[in-house]
Amino acid sequence: MIELAAMTTVCAVEAVPLEGGVAALVDGEAVAVFRTHAGEVFALGNVDPFSGASVLSRGIVGTRGDVPVVSSPMYKQAFDLRTGQCVDDPAVSVPSYDVAVVDGVVVVGSPREAA
Amino acid sequence: MTKRQRIVVVGHGMVGHRFAQAAVERGLTETHDVVIFGEEPRAAYDRVGLTSWFGQGSEALSLLPGGEYDDPRVRLVIDSVVTEIDRVARTVTVVSPPSAVGDLLAHPGAVTVHDYDVLVLATGAAPFVPPVEGRGRSGCFVYRTIEDLEAIQAASASATSGIVIGGGLLGLEAANALVQLGLDTHVVEMAPRLMPVQLDGAAGSTLVRHVEKLGVSVHTGVLTEEIEGGDAVTGLRVRQAGTEEGAPTTTIEAQVVVFSAGIRPRDALARECDLETAPRGGVLVDEQCRTADPHVFAIGECAAPGGTMYGLVAPGYAMAEVVVDALLDGPGTFTGADMSTKLKLLGVDVASFGDAFATTEGALELTYADAVSGVYKKLVVSEDGRRLLGGILVGDASAYGILRPMVSSGLALPDNPEQLILPASSGAPMGMPDEAQVCSCNDVTKADILHAVAEQGCESVADVKQCTRAGTTCGSCVPTVKNLVEEHFASLGKVVDKGLCEHFRLTRQELFDVVAVHGYRRFDDIVEAHGTGRGCDICKPAIASILASQTSTHILEPATAELQDTNDKYLGNIQRNGTYSVVPRIPGGEITPDKLIVIGEVARDYGLYTKITGGQRIDLFGARIDQLPAIWRRLVDAGFESGHAYGKSLRTVKSCVGSTWCRYGVQDSVGLAIALELRYRGLRSPHKLKGGVSGCARECAEARGKDFGVIATEKGWNLYVGGNGGANPAHARLLAGDLDTATLVAYLDRFLMYYVRTADRLQRTSTWIEHLEGGLDRVREVVVDDSLGLGAELEAEMARHVGSYEDEWRATLEDPSKLERFVTFVNAPGTPDPTIEFTTERGQIQPIAPALIPVGAPA
Repeated sequence: MIELAAMTTVCAVEAVPLEGGVAALVDGEAVAVFRTHAGEVFALGNVDPFSGASVLSRGIVGTRGDVPVVSSPMYKQAFDLRTGQCVDDPAVSVPSYDVAVVDGVVVVGSPREAA
Repeated sequence: MTKRQRIVVVGHGMVGHRFAQAAVERGLTETHDVVIFGEEPRAAYDRVGLTSWFGQGSEALSLLPGGEYDDPRVRLVIDSVVTEIDRVARTVTVVSPPSAVGDLLAHPGAVTVHDYDVLVLATGAAPFVPPVEGRGRSGCFVYRTIEDLEAIQAASASATSGIVIGGGLLGLEAANALVQLGLDTHVVEMAPRLMPVQLDGAAGSTLVRHVEKLGVSVHTGVLTEEIEGGDAVTGLRVRQAGTEEGAPTTTIEAQVVVFSAGIRPRDALARECDLETAPRGGVLVDEQCRTADPHVFAIGECAAPGGTMYGLVAPGYAMAEVVVDALLDGPGTFTGADMSTKLKLLGVDVASFGDAFATTEGALELTYADAVSGVYKKLVVSEDGRRLLGGILVGDASAYGILRPMVSSGLALPDNPEQLILPASSGAPMGMPDEAQVCSCNDVTKADILHAVAEQGCESVADVKQCTRAGTTCGSCVPTVKNLVEEHFASLGKVVDKGLCEHFRLTRQELFDVVAVHGYRRFDDIVEAHGTGRGCDICKPAIASILASQTSTHILEPATAELQDTNDKYLGNIQRNGTYSVVPRIPGGEITPDKLIVIGEVARDYGLYTKITGGQRIDLFGARIDQLPAIWRRLVDAGFESGHAYGKSLRTVKSCVGSTWCRYGVQDSVGLAIALELRYRGLRSPHKLKGGVSGCARECAEARGKDFGVIATEKGWNLYVGGNGGANPAHARLLAGDLDTATLVAYLDRFLMYYVRTADRLQRTSTWIEHLEGGLDRVREVVVDDSLGLGAELEAEMARHVGSYEDEWRATLEDPSKLERFVTFVNAPGTPDPTIEFTTERGQIQPIAPALIPVGAPA
């Protein structure tokens, strides 16, 4: 189970645009927090592994088939919001983080084990 | 190394030009220098399309608009006549009038002598003027060069009526010209029908009915007796063919007479140096187009391979290729040509191919005629009915693309060959063997086209045209090429899917229309009604662009902010380390010293890297997302606005300094460039847009390398469209000439809006024009002729855009909710991004590449 006490408060959930993202600092790491059209919240490492730039939160959120994805603003590879797996390259993934909305506030935990 | 050889080409018509092109393309210029002497005052132009000169001017016809070849080893010297060939010394003597250019000709009006290793005669043909009494009177013309047309146009200004002597192909072209000049037009033909070489009696009379409907009076079977008048022509006296000399004559009144009674090879130079000519004219050459002198070749209409002269451009092109091949020690030969013809004459489709007159023994004819709609079709088939030998089509030549290759390939006919010419024949198009020649102008077979789509990655007719050259000369085979391409993809079970992405089956143009019709303002409504899923990085920015084009609302409004690509989302250009660049607008490249100082101060204060762009402005690099608002506050306060460098939108209108300073300038190019840049700033489009304005023909603004380019003339402005630099550079082509400023702006409004409405996503204007059915002519019809009646609507849309323009950065700075996104970490606003680091190089910052996470090792 998620331990709320160990989590970092990020922002009010409304501050994450629908089908958009924001970047947050969690234990010194840059984390991208996204909200889908249905209102689900996800968190991934913010660094785009293809460019090394900390930019994933600025990507476009959408779908590939049924998979909710963000595509990197740099070279457009898509990442599964649920797992961090790169949809265009099975060898690549970004960390995904525990995330919850508590009383209208987004909180982010530690990186999950790689899927 | 062997010494470089020199090829001298005499004549720069279509065939001489093709020779030069082939020499460059096939690498002959690696070992040979090519010098071409052309006697006309301009480079080669499309003589086949001569009548379109009246609407479009000389430049649109030009085959070499810049007047010189990209390959410096090919030199063109125009306005220069070769007067003598010395085959022993291997030299040519050239006379050039004072107006000639070129460093070969240092002295005006000089007679110069030039060595050659190889001489290629491409002197073409001259119009034949029959020895009619009175042919020297003023008002008599021939129809061959642009100068001829200029003279006919000048004479027509004070004339009411004109006569064309000759009812062949060229004669009807000339008649078309006279009709366009507003003359009461007559065509006089000695034979009992029009186009006697290509058409039979029934086809000829079908054509007469069409032509007469256009107001042309046709007189067939008449002999010309005398051109009447004093100094100037007043009319043509004719009598019926078959009557005795002295029989009654009649006079057709006219002030203009155009001779179009055939052509004769221009072989005088060859005869004077004792090269053999054919009995009916033309330099006698072998299958490699070589004369008896191994150093001398002849190609095109001046040549007579095997004794026969060919008066069409396609055989001339083939000869040009053969000679280049021969000089490369290739095996190519010219052994005769398909003299099939398909033309649109005075708006009527006419085609004649193969054994059109059924001269083959036992040949049978199948005909279909519909006098009401003016259609006549004839097939000539072999005695057993199994093989197509030839045919004639008038009024509807759509079957030509299928039929002509059947003749050359000998494909077996179906059981009911009449189906091929009956109207709306049902069923699939006839199968064609692979070796069937589809494009006769450029010798492209069906197999070549299939290879292009199957192996070379061509996905469209435009790709195939570029790759194989099919359809790039006369264009008559384009429908066949289109069918072949579509059939190929259909056979793979692949519908050529023009859909935007997995979320939309619609093309960008269809989406544009859907949004306009329904008045959508939100992506959600569009994807729910017309798409699936929740969109992606392809459809969302495309729809954002469409909404911006149609509504003029700020791109960072809540409904559209998350649709924008990152550059639009942060109103800057993302760089490799996640920082952004800042580009204030500098319209036309004109800037005051005070504003230059502001840019310098802002760059200095924020430690930004500065570089001058190719679009005559200044790019400031290395701004963090959280620095962008403060930087822009300084710039906006100093009077700058967004340069839209981040958008698929108008970037810059580049200018030269123009008539205000330049001693050569003829118009104020800076003033116009600023006006155009301010007019179209902020216009969202399918791809980025660039413009240019040059103040004179020297073209220092490189306007023809832009999507729209304007070049000043003495009388106004020439408007060019469809240029770009980049990976696939394209030269803009002339859309309309000598425009006043108001007309220029109206045409540009229409052109840009038509492009914004109908282009595919990320399609530059050049590829858009290439992919439009009808190409540049289609654009001209819509923009200049207003054939769709859309002109006012397109102008009104542009007026709405211009009226609702606001500076995106100023509006963003004034709206706190829009500024919220300009933060690095939402929960630590003051903390900069630790991955952004700089080093110093040549006195300025440079990004240190962020460390890449090793691929395959999830962190």
